[in-house]
Amino acid sequence: MHRLSDRMVFILLACALAITFLLSVRFGAIIISYDDIFSALQKGTSSPSLTLTERIFFDIRLPRAVACVVVGASLAISGVLMQALFRNPIVEPGLIGTSSGAAFGAAFYFVLGSALKFHVSEWTLPAAAFAGGMISTVLVFLLSQNKSSGKSSVTTLLLTGIAVNALCLSGVGLFSYLARDPQARSITFWNLGALSGANWASVSVMGISTIICFLWALRYTRQLNALMMGEEEALFLGVDIRRLKIIIVCINVALVALATAFVGVISFVGLVVPHLLRLTRGSDNRFLLVGSALLGGILLSWADLVARLTLAPAELPIGIVTSLVGVPVFVFLLRRNQYYF
Amino acid sequence: MIRADHITVSAGSKKLLDDVAVDFQPGKINLIIGPNGAGKSTLIKVLAKQLRPHSGKVFYGNRDIQDVSIPQLAKVRAVLSQNVELAFPLTVKEVVMMGRYPHMDMRPSKIDHDAVREAMQFFDVTEMTDRNYMSLSGGEKQRVHFARVVSQILAANPDEPRYLLLDEPLTFLDVFYQFQFMRKMQELLSGNNLVLVGVVHDLNLAARFASQVALLHQGKLVNCGSPEEVLTKENIKNVYQVEPIVLHMSNVLHVSF
Repeated sequence: MHRLSDRMVFILLACALAITFLLSVRFGAIIISYDDIFSALQKGTSSPSLTLTERIFFDIRLPRAVACVVVGASLAISGVLMQALFRNPIVEPGLIGTSSGAAFGAAFYFVLGSALKFHVSEWTLPAAAFAGGMISTVLVFLLSQNKSSGKSSVTTLLLTGIAVNALCLSGVGLFSYLARDPQARSITFWNLGALSGANWASVSVMGISTIICFLWALRYTRQLNALMMGEEEALFLGVDIRRLKIIIVCINVALVALATAFVGVISFVGLVVPHLLRLTRGSDNRFLLVGSALLGGILLSWADLVARLTLAPAELPIGIVTSLVGVPVFVFLLRRNQYYF
Repeated sequence: MIRADHITVSAGSKKLLDDVAVDFQPGKINLIIGPNGAGKSTLIKVLAKQLRPHSGKVFYGNRDIQDVSIPQLAKVRAVLSQNVELAFPLTVKEVVMMGRYPHMDMRPSKIDHDAVREAMQFFDVTEMTDRNYMSLSGGEKQRVHFARVVSQILAANPDEPRYLLLDEPLTFLDVFYQFQFMRKMQELLSGNNLVLVGVVHDLNLAARFASQVALLHQGKLVNCGSPEEVLTKENIKNVYQVEPIVLHMSNVLHVSF
């Protein structure tokens, strides 16, 4: 079954990521040449003699390219975690209400923010979205707890997630209905995702949290492997299931709510990336976690390149690109019928 | 030794296990038998610390298992379930290696690799090492899980006590592999300080291989002892409500209906 070793796959992916990153830095509304990049790097960010192109490189292109890698990685990692937790290879990170809750938080901000005098800083929208994502996930988790035993079965978790998702989306719908035109447009665009707003502040927050979550999740890959055989078997192999669930949900919230808070809802990355890796090399979660972090960054960078180049100098929302590519891949995977449910 | 000390488990007003007290000695094949709904699987769950009894205690040696943490218990006790569903593409070796998870820190050590190799050889699954688990037949999958469970409790020092619980392990196997499995269990018991407790449905298998048979009926322990003592005409008739013929042929007890 193994065609390539883990290490070979990682090296190939890392090379592909490096090349992708370079393209992602160079191409956009303005093409930045290698000369510009070199001279900009020699001068440094704070030099007064930076040209306009060099400024664009430092202040717009570079943070955006990093954001693509970080957001792609975090969505893909949480895809792996959710698929392992739900023991179902066709599960998305948004399943337990995180991204729809964030969308609700963002819609709340767009419509009622000015009325409630929320306009404080550039951090208010991400904060509202993050709070929404977190609250809805906690809600899902609490509602799915069995009253008598205090346990939460994965099926209940899934169904509660579907219910809370529907609730949040109807809330978003209500806000869109109440909103004035420009607000409604903001909600719509936010729900399709955009990386154009990336700056160094948001990128560093996301980057640090993604690295911490990744390293944290890496400690639980074997327990997640055991969980593939079911909760009973995992228990027999010494896994404290209740604790594992809480930790995985926490990591997932940190990853998805934060990514969604800064760039909006981006669908299908978390579903498709782990899946492509399963096809190459199997389902060992350690491999999937590292591989998905790399491949997620690659795929989202390409999606963003397509989003900013097709209509340049205007931009397509990236959610449209990921869905257009993601849906056919998803259907293809379903039809291969490799999995039993 | 595993001691079930007056175990009672209730579900609502029904008692799934009613004051069951029984000891399981190391080095012997201990089998639990009884009709459907007798409480066999419930007893295995209690012994495995999967289910907490409403009253009574379980001792491994002289330690109450409520005082042993889940990860610590997993190092000395393995459980084979009725059916394990695994719908992800993994290689056979990866599945067997799961048995070593309780012993690992970050990566498998040489001891873990050796234990996996030994367990795979023991159950003749070595040639499937790199095959996709999902492509195996039901019987092959079962043997892979045998190897996984045994790799979990292979001890460096054969004097260390180990505990193996089997919940209907022979369901998907033909007669050849049923007999082979029971012989493997005898082989495993001979060299190790191992307590083995299993649930089986087949009375003839119990008669042929068990040293001790525990007969359960409606949550109560009807009788416990050698197959000759337990598998009597009266016991079987009372519990299964079918009139049996019990024969002794070439030193083995046979039950037929």
